[in-house]
Amino acid sequence: MEYHNVLTTCPYCGTGCALHLQVLDHQLVGVLPAKNHPISQGGLCIKGWNAHAFVNHKDRLQTPLVRKGGKLVTATWDEALALIAEKLSALKAESGPDSIGVFASAKCTNEENYLIQKFARAVIGTNNVDHCARL
Amino acid sequence: MSERLTALRETIRQILPQVDGVIGLKTGPAGIVAPYLFKPGHPEMLDSLALWPKEPVPDTLKIIQKAYPNARLAIVCRGCEERGVVEMFKHAQVSLENLTLIGLQCVQEEALFCRCAKPYTVHARVTVGSPIAGVPDPLTEAFAAKSQAEKLAFWKEQFQHCIKCYGCRNICPQCFCNVCALEDEKWVETGRLPLPNPSLYHIIRAMHMTAKCVACRECEETCPAGIPLAIHFRLVARDVKEMFHYETGAVIEQKPPQLLTLEEGDYERSGLP
Ligand code: SF4
Ligand code: SF4
Ligand code: SF4
Repeated sequence: MEYHNVLTTCPYCGTGCALHLQVLDHQLVGVLPAKNHPISQGGLCIKGWNAHAFVNHKDRLQTPLVRKGGKLVTATWDEALALIAEKLSALKAESGPDSIGVFASAKCTNEENYLIQKFARAVIGTNNVDHCARL
Repeated sequence: MSERLTALRETIRQILPQVDGVIGLKTGPAGIVAPYLFKPGHPEMLDSLALWPKEPVPDTLKIIQKAYPNARLAIVCRGCEERGVVEMFKHAQVSLENLTLIGLQCVQEEALFCRCAKPYTVHARVTVGSPIAGVPDPLTEAFAAKSQAEKLAFWKEQFQHCIKCYGCRNICPQCFCNVCALEDEKWVETGRLPLPNPSLYHIIRAMHMTAKCVACRECEETCPAGIPLAIHFRLVARDVKEMFHYETGAVIEQKPPQLLTLEEGDYERSGLP
């Protein structure tokens, strides 16, 4: 019998509201707002209140999917990442680095967004970096 | 505050070996407080015991008791939380069997923050701190003094800001229906935005809180729109007291007026088919 709360950041938008994931015996059982957090101050929107719902949802993808012969089939991370690397390298060799663009997300953390622009600029060699919140 | 914290820590330390766990508040990363189940064998966790901000702990009790109906538990509860546990017991949401209430008496600044009429526990046999008198609720009093038209204008203005987060319902320990009327397609069609003036939402919830609201103000605290929701719940509670002589959390044996209980033979006597 164990009950505790894990403080985390809402994954749904760039505001950065804090929330608690309520954990009973290693199972996620709900969300609680974080009252004395400087950003969200104990409030959440409807998405934050349901931020636990997708974690164990039956529709959630648990492995990467790779399209083979027009059909999506499950793949290992190694297989999927190798395929992505291979295709990106081929595109870059064929049409140059500016033929590739990278889309980051307001739902990612600052650190993740930093890493993806770094990947675009330093690894691929393009300044084509954008994200959904600019729409 | 810290004297109360030390006294509470000592009280829990003494109770811990006799129970399977004590529900209280714990300070986590960055000083953020959340409910926690303190366990015997881990008294060192009590170093992070916290008093404030208060949390909807009656709901934590419900979560744990649902999974462990026979666990021997203790819960640190303030006046409003004790009332919450009592009302949830009356609606079969929690059990008082095997449960020790540790009453935590609120101090003046907490009572003023909550505009609280009863900042003390009345049932807990183990208590920490000294009970203080209730304080007035200037917001509710000012509202009650308004004319009918002014009241309507006040809520119309307030409810314009509601973003329909359902937070006030989600956090309320007294909102526990398996199927919530507020989620009915009538009010919000799936995939559509809520109605621009969602006051029906608030009126329905206020009615559903009749003889249930324990004035903990959790709804108001979590409202991202800053709507002073406790005003209407407190006025409904005032009416319930006047009309049905019922006060939430006060008498454990007193049945809530909206609960219909049939005695043997009542149904036949009613003459219904
Ligand atoms: S509502 Fe009253 S009993 Fe509850 S925390 Fe506030 S002052 Fe204490
Ligand atoms: S004050 Fe709000 S959260 Fe607390 S019991 Fe009443 S309606 Fe529920
Ligand atoms: S918490 Fe406030 S904004 Fe959210 S649904 Fe309730 S009244 Fe509306």
